[in-house]
Amino acid sequence: MTVDDVVKTLNLKVFCGEEGLSRQVENGYTSDLLSDVMGHADAGSIWITLQSHINIMAVASLKELAGIVLVKGNKPDEDTIRQSNIEGMPILGTDLEAFEITGRLYQLIRSA
Amino acid sequence: MQLEYSIEGGDFSHAGFASSQVKRVLKQLNVDPKLIKRVVVCLYEAEVNVVAHAYSGIIHVLINTNEIVMKLADKGPGIPDISLAMQKGYSTASDKVREMGFGAGMGLPNIQHNADDFKISSNVGEGTNLEITIKL
Repeated sequence: MTVDDVVKTLNLKVFCGEEGLSRQVENGYTSDLLSDVMGHADAGSIWITLQSHINIMAVASLKELAGIVLVKGNKPDEDTIRQSNIEGMPILGTDLEAFEITGRLYQLIRSA
Repeated sequence: MQLEYSIEGGDFSHAGFASSQVKRVLKQLNVDPKLIKRVVVCLYEAEVNVVAHAYSGIIHVLINTNEIVMKLADKGPGIPDISLAMQKGYSTASDKVREMGFGAGMGLPNIQHNADDFKISSNVGEGTNLEITIKL
């Protein structure tokens, strides 16, 4: 499954980093603590968070995540968008809360 | 091979720059991806600590045939009680830093978990030194 498949199935908004929509999605990780993601997220995961500042890009790219989903209508900061486009790391969005989008993504990945 | 980077305290927009540069070099050297992941976690956490707590810092990364050694020396307030700082969940980070999702007291434990050897020393009012070794 690609990031683009996830976008279409879960009706996510694509903010930036479109070049990375073909990345493969292997797993998911939900956390707002950057050190938690650094320490525990697997490569190829979609990261669900409400954090929208530029440091999420460093974490996502260092950990080789598949993409980031911002919850509750949060939007990425300007410098976050710039970095996302440079690195081709997709930042997606949903109006849903972390609990709900995590559940939907979990079902989608586990049923694939 | 030796790499050197400087870090400015409070400059969160560049936190992770050294880590991504080192990651690129290690990839070019065909270092085992599992080891690269551990190096990246250690260096990123150490970088963020300098940005979050110190005024400035210097990173030296030495890459030999048998190990990677990362040395970070910062000028800053120092750590009065290192054993407390090493505890999971303990942090002196500001509210602003915590709101960004840092300062959860996970950084130093993450480094210790991923390093083969980890040394930390600090002088209050002067700064903190880390030496992180990952064996190849």
